[in-house]
Amino acid sequence: MEQLIEIMQNLHPDVDFETYEGLVDDGILDSLDIVTLITDINDAFDVSIPAEEILPENFNSAAALWELIERLDTV
Amino acid sequence: MQTNILEYLERTVVRVPDKIAFSDGKDHMTFSDLSLSARSIGSYLIEHGHGRGCVAVLMDKHPVQLATFFGVLYAGGFYVAPDAAMPPKRLQMIMDTVQPRMVICDKKNMALAYTLGLPVALYDDVYRYVVNEALLACVREAHIDTDPAYVVFTSGSTGVPKGVAACHRSVIDYTETLCAAVGFDEHTVFGNQTPLYFDAPLKEIMPTIKYGATAYLIPKQLFMFPVKLCDYLNEHKINTVCWVVSALTMISSLGVLEKNPPKYLKTVCFGSEVFPRKQYDLWRAALPQARFFNLYGPTEATGMSCYWAAERELAEDEPIPVGRPFRNTRIMLVNEQGKRAEQGEVGEIYISGTCVTLGYYNNPEKTAEAFVQNPLQSAYPEIVYRTGDLGRYNDYGELVFVSRKDSQIKHMGHRIELGEIEAAAATLDGVGRVCCVYPANQKKIVLYYAGEIEPAALSKELRLLLPRYMLPGAVHKLDTIPLTDNGKLNRRLLLEMASQNDK
Repeated sequence: MEQLIEIMQNLHPDVDFETYEGLVDDGILDSLDIVTLITDINDAFDVSIPAEEILPENFNSAAALWELIERLDTV
Repeated sequence: MQTNILEYLERTVVRVPDKIAFSDGKDHMTFSDLSLSARSIGSYLIEHGHGRGCVAVLMDKHPVQLATFFGVLYAGGFYVAPDAAMPPKRLQMIMDTVQPRMVICDKKNMALAYTLGLPVALYDDVYRYVVNEALLACVREAHIDTDPAYVVFTSGSTGVPKGVAACHRSVIDYTETLCAAVGFDEHTVFGNQTPLYFDAPLKEIMPTIKYGATAYLIPKQLFMFPVKLCDYLNEHKINTVCWVVSALTMISSLGVLEKNPPKYLKTVCFGSEVFPRKQYDLWRAALPQARFFNLYGPTEATGMSCYWAAERELAEDEPIPVGRPFRNTRIMLVNEQGKRAEQGEVGEIYISGTCVTLGYYNNPEKTAEAFVQNPLQSAYPEIVYRTGDLGRYNDYGELVFVSRKDSQIKHMGHRIELGEIEAAAATLDGVGRVCCVYPANQKKIVLYYAGEIEPAALSKELRLLLPRYMLPGAVHKLDTIPLTDNGKLNRRLLLEMASQNDK
């Protein structure tokens, strides 16, 4: 989780990703951020986020994203 | 002879009044709705003394925004539609440049509109205003086709955005020649991607009102979620897109073309940046029946100037050509000696024709730098646009884009002057020298600076000065900014540093 927060912090140093819950709904993340995040996460956690998991609910908070990574990791 | 953009709408509304012109998937406007709202707004503006001048439109992307644009044109004026989400300081710079007579806004942007110190009208309060046909006719009678239709703002290297003013004649010329080259008709269903505060959506707006086609204004958020985006395209049977390359790449690079292809697409236009060959090939393979066009052109020449129809296979390492100019547009390649470039020689791209816009609004200095006398003839006045793009002709006689002469970049389809970012950063306390670079291998704006402020604080403050798409992807503090022997910023060295830096 710490590593994920760090990846996200690189994109937006001024956002508190530990607690923020509306990353997509409030327009914090844009399409470039999503692409960057996917690439970085795939590399860092040795997972492969499939297109059908690229959904607003999976990117709205660091916690949701972490849950997705864990889910993919156990498959 | 057509002299006003609105004649397209006026011919179409008689033919297909009840057809949907513009929709965002939820709300829509038929041609008759569009025409009535536009004439109402036009009548309101004229009766309130705001005709024949600049009107600012401050709205989120929605069909009524287009009705408002046309309303301003009915009043004989021209519109400026800045991105409502940009930092207030930058918005104020734009307003200071164009000095609009008034602002028309939606409910969401009303508070912002009132900060501008101008008369404000809410769309909901004016779109049913009683149409005054006699006044509209009177204004039309006085109109000439060299009157401006809009001012679109683009990044300026000194830190002040430049407003490109285009007249009706240029837009009509663009519409006719674009439609002839690509081939739209009344069955075209556009899926619009580009924001309405640029000139890019003219590609969808103008053919829609010319032919009585339909254009869907796709919600911006969908461009983050490619599967949903393709669902949307299929749900509305969208058959034509004119998108920036990064939007197309989003779909292809995440494997959505195989799982959920946009199956109705027949025409795919792309442009504004170089299409990575691998992604281009994925699209071509996924949609073998579709026609693909590379479009090229600056805002200063009314949108697009050149096109290349993908009708031949490209060699493995061959860049996608920019192709040839639209009819009634001339491209000149001029070498460093100010002479016509030889076959194969790199030269600066100059554009000539009715498509060349009026210039930068209220900015004679910048206008004089870029809108210049044709360097290849001096016998009579002929203003051409000097793009700052370098190009050459390939063996097929097609124009190929090579690079920029200066530090203008294309990032996610946005045209950005790195100088504007540097100028903004330099205004902050605790910032000394600043240099921005754009390493091609990372597609990321990297800002280097010397000073006391911490990188995170600098990033935060920049958000108050620049639109989102201009914000650096990485900010690095250095003890000193490297200089060349001449004492200039050593961009080349910093670019190398940034290119080697993986993250």
